[in-house]
Amino acid sequence: MNGAEILIDGLKREGVDTIFGYPGGVVIPIFDVLYSTKDIKFLLTRHEQGATHAADGYARSTGKVGVCLITSGPGATNTITGIATAKLDSSPIVVISGQVATGNIGTDAFQETDMVGLTRSICKHNYLVKDVGDLPRIIKEAFYIARTGRPGPVSIDIPVDVANAKLKNYSYPETVSLPGYKPANKGNNGQVKKLADALAHAQKPLLYTGGGIISAGATDKLLQLIDKTQIPVVVTLMGLGSVPFDHPCFLGMPGMHGRVAANKALVDCDLLIAVGVRFDDRITGPRHTFATQATVAHIDIDPAEIGKNVKTDIPIVGDAKTVLQQLIEKVNPRSKNSWNERTEFWKEKYPLSYKNNGNDSVNPQYVIERLNEFVNDDSIIVTDVGQHQMWSALYCQYRHPRKFLSSGGLGTMGFGLPAAMGAAVANPDTQVVCISGDGGIQMNIQELATCAINRIPVKVIVLNNAFLGMVRQWQDLFWDKRYAQVCLQRGTDCPDECHGPSGNCPPQYLPDLVKVAEANGMAGYRAKTKAEVDEVLKKGLAEEGPVLMEFFVNREENVFPMVSAGKPLSDMMMGD
Amino acid sequence: MVEKHTIIVTVLNSIGVLARVSGLLSQRGYNIESIIGAPTEDPNVYKISLVVEESDEHIEQIIKQLNKLIDTVRVMDISHKDNYIVREYIILKLEVKEKNRTDLFHLMQVFKANPIDVATDHVIMELAGTPRKIDRFIEMVRPYGIQEYIRSGEFAMAEYQLPKKGENKNGD
Ligand SMILES: Cc1ncc(C[n+]2csc(CCOP(=O)(O)OP(=O)(O)O)c2C)c(N)n1
Ligand SMILES: [Mg+2]
Repeated sequence: MNGAEILIDGLKREGVDTIFGYPGGVVIPIFDVLYSTKDIKFLLTRHEQGATHAADGYARSTGKVGVCLITSGPGATNTITGIATAKLDSSPIVVISGQVATGNIGTDAFQETDMVGLTRSICKHNYLVKDVGDLPRIIKEAFYIARTGRPGPVSIDIPVDVANAKLKNYSYPETVSLPGYKPANKGNNGQVKKLADALAHAQKPLLYTGGGIISAGATDKLLQLIDKTQIPVVVTLMGLGSVPFDHPCFLGMPGMHGRVAANKALVDCDLLIAVGVRFDDRITGPRHTFATQATVAHIDIDPAEIGKNVKTDIPIVGDAKTVLQQLIEKVNPRSKNSWNERTEFWKEKYPLSYKNNGNDSVNPQYVIERLNEFVNDDSIIVTDVGQHQMWSALYCQYRHPRKFLSSGGLGTMGFGLPAAMGAAVANPDTQVVCISGDGGIQMNIQELATCAINRIPVKVIVLNNAFLGMVRQWQDLFWDKRYAQVCLQRGTDCPDECHGPSGNCPPQYLPDLVKVAEANGMAGYRAKTKAEVDEVLKKGLAEEGPVLMEFFVNREENVFPMVSAGKPLSDMMMGD
Repeated sequence: MVEKHTIIVTVLNSIGVLARVSGLLSQRGYNIESIIGAPTEDPNVYKISLVVEESDEHIEQIIKQLNKLIDTVRVMDISHKDNYIVREYIILKLEVKEKNRTDLFHLMQVFKANPIDVATDHVIMELAGTPRKIDRFIEMVRPYGIQEYIRSGEFAMAEYQLPKKGENKNGD
């Protein structure tokens, strides 16, 4: 067998059923093997970034490793954003790139880039295969590393001569031998006991949980723990869905655009039990102001996360599912106390709200509220990045893990559409909705063609405010409305300084997204008024294939609540 | 407290492993004062000694991040630890005037520095010892006029058997 055949055989043995990718000179030998492979589906995207996000969406929605295959040089560099996105959200993908022949490495050969060097800081591990004899081991290790411990992207760079090289006596390894890689599983019993004791004495305990719960498949354990202890819980963007939005103990997402109850609870708690989170600055605000009154316990599989941003009193390294089980066994049942009452009071006193002008204009939040009526608990919602992402996180009604996918850590505009496509390919019987902005949709809009031609039934919703809304919001609130380069409607006739839409704005907004959808052979609908919202959602979501639904929403709507950058969580703006 | 730490990283001898270690430190904004890597008695294992000057919290983070590398087998911060032999090596070129030469040679004898090349206008010498001894030697010969020197950076060896990775990696 040659390297290319070994690769495909290895992928099959790893259970790969789908590859997202794009061909090129040095990967022809591998594509040639795929050409006559029946059990792996290949999805040709329109851009390598799309392929990487699609593999990521596949991984996030299933928990399985997503795979993409691309060529060297520009193909490889086009995957960088996707790899970094997967890294920051701990999503397991394996990116296989072609490379120039080993003899040409280092000569600035045609389409040579140093993939190992480029990806070093943005992947969990990476490989350059210099000898076909190493290939079986490397494939085995790559998949093992990607999916175990704290999951993450792994890159395998395969020179074309290695893909062509023959290997006698090929056998695929059954096990890996990685003396330097031993992901933790069980938490230290003494530490778990210490946490259980701290809980017994705490008056105001709070759970703060994130993506680690979903990666570890620990949702049930978390709910069991909450059941037994009635501890209120705040859930990060990455963890949304692990606790149903209507669970009585759920206080919502915390942080910069978090719910008031969630942030107030973080400020006031006396015992913070953090599980599978990393104390991101978008959640903590200035670190020295965060949960100052609390004893902090942190459960995480990655020891490097513990104590990285916030001082931890009870560190527990381990797999969230295992450690939560240990904790459930050790904790005393707890019933609701005045702290629970207070958190519930906050929830009631500070509901999500937005101002409706009373006219027929469309509040973006309204579109999502209406969308909730058209989707079910099984539907997968994928967002892009910006205001619409925060509104989705706040207003969507998630009840299950792996049903709300969003680029959290890197905040990658352009993630939504291809990730939704990957999720739809992985879950053919599930409704997949992508909620995007008019900015973000254009960052990987080429994948509409991929969806249309392959009949991948992604339902794309664009909340069109003709602004790079999230940046405009900052300019609005903190930069004196100096709207520098955030207006997507801006034309050459516009005055140099613009502080917002006026009667003189150019009449045209480009591109006409409905026509773009139609040009791609898919249905497109548009709602310009509140009255049209339901109609468009109804028609759009009833389409069998992919569809784009565009909503012209209030241009200058802001996301609230908000904590300004650099301010503590106690300092929330509620909007009007 | 910000101070110098000497960290010994035992890694698998894989492609680009030195770049992984040094890249990790620069990526996270830590300054490396010195770094050396060399093969060991075990052909699969490579040892990297690095010196960084950082606060205690940063050192803790550095050690955890180094441990996180798939190729890392063990990380030891040997600062303030007994039972470690720490050494450094220096080659140094001094300008010497006729009248200073005897004095200098006397000093070299005291420090056990070896002359390598002695010429009419300069002397090249080598010296191995603790980093402190090397610092002191540089200080002492500076008045003669240093033309150039190169230090190896620190490297070290434990006098006893080191614990295996898992024991210090997971911290509990
Ligand atoms: C690739 C990329 N470039 C720039 C940014 C910075 N950024 C964050 S949100 C945002 C605006 C997004 O605009 P749009 O997609 O229209 O969404 P909206 O905020 O209007 O809902 C920008 C430019 C980013 N997150 N990602
Ligand atoms: Mg917008």
